[in-house]
Amino acid sequence: MTAVFERTNGLKDLPTHYCPGCTHGIIHRLVGEVLEELNLLGKAIGVAPVGCSVLAYDYFNCDMHEAAHGRAPAVATGIKRVHKDAAVFTYQGDGDLASIGAAEIVHAAHRGEKITTIFVNNAIYGMTGGQMAPTTLIGQKATTAPFGRDKNHSGMPLRVSEMLATITGAVFVERVSVDTPANIRKAKKAIKKAFEVQMAGQGFGIVEVLSTCPTNWGLSPIEALGWLRENMIPYYPLGNFRTPQEVK
Amino acid sequence: MAKILMKGNEAIAAAAIKGGCKFFFGYPITPQNELPEYMARELHKTGGCFVQAESEVAAINMVYGAAGAGARVMTSSSSPGIALKQEGISYIAGAELPCVIVNISRGGPGLGGIQPAQADYFQNTRGGGNGDYRLLVYAPATLQEAVDLTMEAFDAADYYRNPVVISGDGMIGQMMEPIEFKEPKKRDLSPKDWATDGTKGEREPNIINSLALDPAELEKHNIRLQEKYDLMEKNEVRYEAYNMENAEVVIVAYGTTSRVVKNAIAALKEEGINVGLIRPITLWPYPMKAFDQIPHTTKALLCVEMSMGQMIDDVKIANKGRLPVHFYGRSGGMVPAPDEIVGKVKEILGGER
Repeated sequence: MTAVFERTNGLKDLPTHYCPGCTHGIIHRLVGEVLEELNLLGKAIGVAPVGCSVLAYDYFNCDMHEAAHGRAPAVATGIKRVHKDAAVFTYQGDGDLASIGAAEIVHAAHRGEKITTIFVNNAIYGMTGGQMAPTTLIGQKATTAPFGRDKNHSGMPLRVSEMLATITGAVFVERVSVDTPANIRKAKKAIKKAFEVQMAGQGFGIVEVLSTCPTNWGLSPIEALGWLRENMIPYYPLGNFRTPQEVK
Repeated sequence: MAKILMKGNEAIAAAAIKGGCKFFFGYPITPQNELPEYMARELHKTGGCFVQAESEVAAINMVYGAAGAGARVMTSSSSPGIALKQEGISYIAGAELPCVIVNISRGGPGLGGIQPAQADYFQNTRGGGNGDYRLLVYAPATLQEAVDLTMEAFDAADYYRNPVVISGDGMIGQMMEPIEFKEPKKRDLSPKDWATDGTKGEREPNIINSLALDPAELEKHNIRLQEKYDLMEKNEVRYEAYNMENAEVVIVAYGTTSRVVKNAIAALKEEGINVGLIRPITLWPYPMKAFDQIPHTTKALLCVEMSMGQMIDDVKIANKGRLPVHFYGRSGGMVPAPDEIVGKVKEILGGER
């Protein structure tokens, strides 16, 4: 019998701690599949963040380094400068990357650091219990924005991909979503390209993945996917913001 | 090898390269800028790499990544910059990674000034980072000693898988002295088979981590760390006992201050007053045992620091309440003059002479 679908060797054979309906599991799997398909597992060194995916180091089947809150791009810089041929990636949430680690991601991109960042945006702080993130939408309720995010009080949600696309060193910037099978396939393609850009030595690559948080959004997994489509995609449009010609 | 005249910051940088440092991540702050500048000029010649980070926070986390990846790596800064690095230092200590951190300290608190001070004693020896951890802290008093200790620091860091701090002040960083690069003491080191350098499909993945959510696991980790620190206390204490014979007063001072004290001791000797000096070379582990050798002739201890009194706590602990402990300190970047210390010693001996 021919196997048509198997567990990727990019992930360890372990159950994850993620909440039911959370799309971290899908995104983990895509990264694992890409690393396996590009034959990079032996030279991959991942950097895990603080937040929901803090235990990512337990799941990826490659060397992993746990960073402090927001510092993953700096840690990845240190690793990549030591091992120039390694496939170095950070896996970060929106609190980690867009708030406390905003300087680190901007400057890693600015240096054209040859690393790949998987940026999981679910518009809320998940692990700490649903507080407001820089990416929380206007009107969206969070435990620290109990009346909904107010532009005059907390500013507009930060569009990270658009911001990083203005930086010369960021050569691959794409926003994807994992709300439908078609979008999941597009997300995988983008992640693959981001690693290819890194391995070709072209510069910094980031894939922003719109993701759900059923637990903290107070929605069922299915409703959460709908909420993502109806609310996040209009404000965070999907698409490619930068691609170097060579890997188009 | 002939001696060469070098500025402290550059001498430390040169010694680091000779000690095997291949990677340097830093951020400019006075009075240590010649150190990263030297690294920017020289490190690439050895196949290494210098990166100017966007902040001290990023710099220490680059150190964290490079150390985890198995490299010999260093950062340097000065007081407020070291304060920013404390988060990363705690993580590096928690993950048990080797690195060397140079603190060319200046007056504080806050932005303070840019002149030499020793007010980072607590920051260096107690740590501003969270949790139970210790750092091996070397406090050189001369540039030759700074060079020797820096060259040794990389082996010490690798041996214990722990950060090592070179604690100098602005005077050490900015002064010039003749130095000689000597072959450092070598330790028997294990291969870095824990490093994140890619599995190459030949081993199970390595994980560099300081997270332990299970309290029993974390306690076990802390007990193991403590055993390592106990070993450092047993094996790594260094100090100089100077002019202790028949000392009436024993001064305790380190780094730049100890040099001023030696001048004061010479001046007092001419007046027939015998004063000794205990000079900690390791600020942690602290040379407690040096205080057991204080002669019976000693009537008092005098702690001299360029701070409002930070090391004096360790002096009191080491003294075990045996002798009165006096303090003389200058702060804000003021360096004490020998005659100030002479005056203080005479004041202590006061009525008794």
